[in-house]
Amino acid sequence: MEATIKVDGLRKTYGSTVALDGMTFTVNPGRVTAFVGPNGAGKSTTMRVVLGLDRVDAGTALIGGRPYRSLRTPLRHVGALLDASALHPSRSGRDHLLWQAHSQRLGGKRVDEVLRLTGLADVGRRSAGGYSLGMRQRLGVAGALLGDPPVLMLDEPFNGLDPEGIRWMRGFLRALAAEGRAVLVSSHLMSELQDTAGHLVVVGRGRVVADTSVADLIAAASGDRVTLRTSARTEAMTALAREGATVAVTDRDTLTVDGLPADRVVVVLSGAGVPFSEVAAHRATLEEAYMDLTRDAVEFRAEPTEVAR
Amino acid sequence: MSGFVGLLHAELTKFRSVRGWVIGCGLAVFLMLLFAGLAGAGNSHTGNGPGGGALPVGPDGTRVLDGLTLVHQPLDGDGSLTVRVASLVGSEPPEPPQDGAAPTAPERPAAPPTAAPEPWAKAGLIVKSGTAPGSPYAAVMVTGGHGVRMQHDFVHDTAGPADARWLRLVRAGGTVTGYASADGTAWTQVGTAALAAGEATAGIFVATPGHEEFDQYPGGASSIGGKVIATGTFDNLVIAGGRPGAGWETRAVANENDPQAPPLLSEHDGDTFTVQGSGDVAPATGGPGPKLEQTLVGSFAALTVVAVLGVLFVTTEYRRGLVRTTFTTTPGRIRVLAAKAVVLGAITFAVGLVASTGALLLGKAILGEDYGATVGTQVRLVVGTAALLAVAAVFALAIGTILRRGAGAVAAVVVLITLPYILSVAAVLPAVPAQWVLRLTPAAAFAVQQTLHVWPQVYQAYTPAFGYFPLSAWGGFAVLCGWTAAALAIAAVLLRRRDA
Repeated sequence: MEATIKVDGLRKTYGSTVALDGMTFTVNPGRVTAFVGPNGAGKSTTMRVVLGLDRVDAGTALIGGRPYRSLRTPLRHVGALLDASALHPSRSGRDHLLWQAHSQRLGGKRVDEVLRLTGLADVGRRSAGGYSLGMRQRLGVAGALLGDPPVLMLDEPFNGLDPEGIRWMRGFLRALAAEGRAVLVSSHLMSELQDTAGHLVVVGRGRVVADTSVADLIAAASGDRVTLRTSARTEAMTALAREGATVAVTDRDTLTVDGLPADRVVVVLSGAGVPFSEVAAHRATLEEAYMDLTRDAVEFRAEPTEVAR
Repeated sequence: MSGFVGLLHAELTKFRSVRGWVIGCGLAVFLMLLFAGLAGAGNSHTGNGPGGGALPVGPDGTRVLDGLTLVHQPLDGDGSLTVRVASLVGSEPPEPPQDGAAPTAPERPAAPPTAAPEPWAKAGLIVKSGTAPGSPYAAVMVTGGHGVRMQHDFVHDTAGPADARWLRLVRAGGTVTGYASADGTAWTQVGTAALAAGEATAGIFVATPGHEEFDQYPGGASSIGGKVIATGTFDNLVIAGGRPGAGWETRAVANENDPQAPPLLSEHDGDTFTVQGSGDVAPATGGPGPKLEQTLVGSFAALTVVAVLGVLFVTTEYRRGLVRTTFTTTPGRIRVLAAKAVVLGAITFAVGLVASTGALLLGKAILGEDYGATVGTQVRLVVGTAALLAVAAVFALAIGTILRRGAGAVAAVVVLITLPYILSVAAVLPAVPAQWVLRLTPAAAFAVQQTLHVWPQVYQAYTPAFGYFPLSAWGGFAVLCGWTAAALAIAAVLLRRRDA
């Protein structure tokens, strides 16, 4: 089976609230696709639609070209973690996985494997009610892996993880993608996905705002900005402005230069005899790039009447 | 299909892995046994009411009353009897018997026999295969208020003309045919009965049930009544086929423990016989006394427990969001509902079988008898109670699926099943509303526990307070099944329509 998630033109309204407004994107195998956007942008709703849990007014969602509801043993096609706290507190973690395994005609052996994979082998027989949020996230990931599926879809898997847990989860997701799986991970905190996601689907107000590779996005957000450290701020600004650059003061001795590449900045400053201690091409963080993209969506969110329309 | 087996396996794993639910199953069994013990202990203090004691058993195993005064002679083969019933009168119910009265001495009624007879007082002709209580018979009779009847073997009753006074019984081979006539000339056939050929006894008889007043009050029911003596006057008695030279002998047939043992009185004055009798020839009925189904009185408590289990089996999934995981593993939601119903039904049926078998055996051991219930009836009680618990649990599951809230669903099930049952059988509701409640609500299914049979030929308060359900055992059970099917259908539609 083709390891993809294809979402096309999803629309869904709750009363007068538009939850999904033409959501369209594709998740390809072999990389982690980050599914990001502010709370309420439609990430969880989209995932529920993909899993056949919520109905849509229009559009299709396909796993490897097939609607979820047509899959006979769906956990062998898609592993999903929607809500790590969706547990019966007095059922053990192992039993929580065991009933899911039984529903797919899998046995206890596979359950013990995924418990080991997620580092829960020692606590599997304890009541899940006593698990920390981090352990619940691991249990949820274990459940998603039960059927060894080519497609994984995890909703906010970093929630409640400690720094060690975040590192583990990042490495785990990268490894799963490296095995050729299509991995869709939603998050509202971009920084969690730094160095993990290879592709980015940014959503706001129920539709895709940007669908891009992470490398392209960061390059675009970085632009040809240059960070300049100098003790002669005024002279430097005058000289650079004369060459057509836009200069902004970012600190007592730091300027950000927009419109000139780093090598031209060096030439201009040297020609004008302005002293400087550092010239560096600026590289945006993933989070900065993401904030640029979602600024509009966040602003709209502050005006409920707009959202309601 | 193999997918559904996996689904059943998954739901079974879900059920058994929540310790509280397994404990709930144990609690249901415990409550059944506890109530059986309490009911047994309670009844062994109050002693046996009417219908208790060692009643004789009729030819088909039914417990019967067999008290009559018989003026008879042997009838070894074919033959016939003819008589005119000149009158049938009753007596005022006497005062309660005084202590110290000689129990075995034939006693004569103190009050003159002048009152109207009980509606089911009987005077007529009988062929009976012996004088042992419970032995087979065929009889045609004039009754106090129900005209001429042909009755045989206690449970069979056929109506004849209302105003006839002449009666005839013809015995030919294994068949006895009853006739009635208004004038002794034109005869109409009332009915026929099978009675084994061979030695028998034949003659005239008088019997009457006691006078009963039935009353119910919130929390219980009672019958007040006492012995009545009926006096029948006969003339034109003719027997054909009797032994040559045999005369008429008077004999009382009575169950030794029957408090309504008939007095022995027969006066033979020329052609006229005056015979007094009490006790009845009829199937025994219940009344406020102990009944076998009281060993299962804990069913309402066990039912409440399994209803809570049925509701929680689905509503905890909604409460925790676990239902999304369930529907992710199995997108076919109606299959999930079906699998849950099968697993829950099977578990609660097994629990119900253990609980009701244990309760019945425990109750019988404490009570020391089985109230004449046949093995078939006892099996029906046990299996029916298990089925009642299982279907009620599935009903609760469906209600839980519809409402998605545990507390509301449990309340709905209790209001629909447990409450109507208690209000009806504990006589909180008057008899007629109680009967309607037990026809229309799922509580009708408690009819599977009734051991009492409605006999049209016996005057009795056939109301829930006295242990009589308006519907038959499986008819009442079908009402619960109907409710459950409707609730499952609604749940299925909602599951399909709603977002998970």
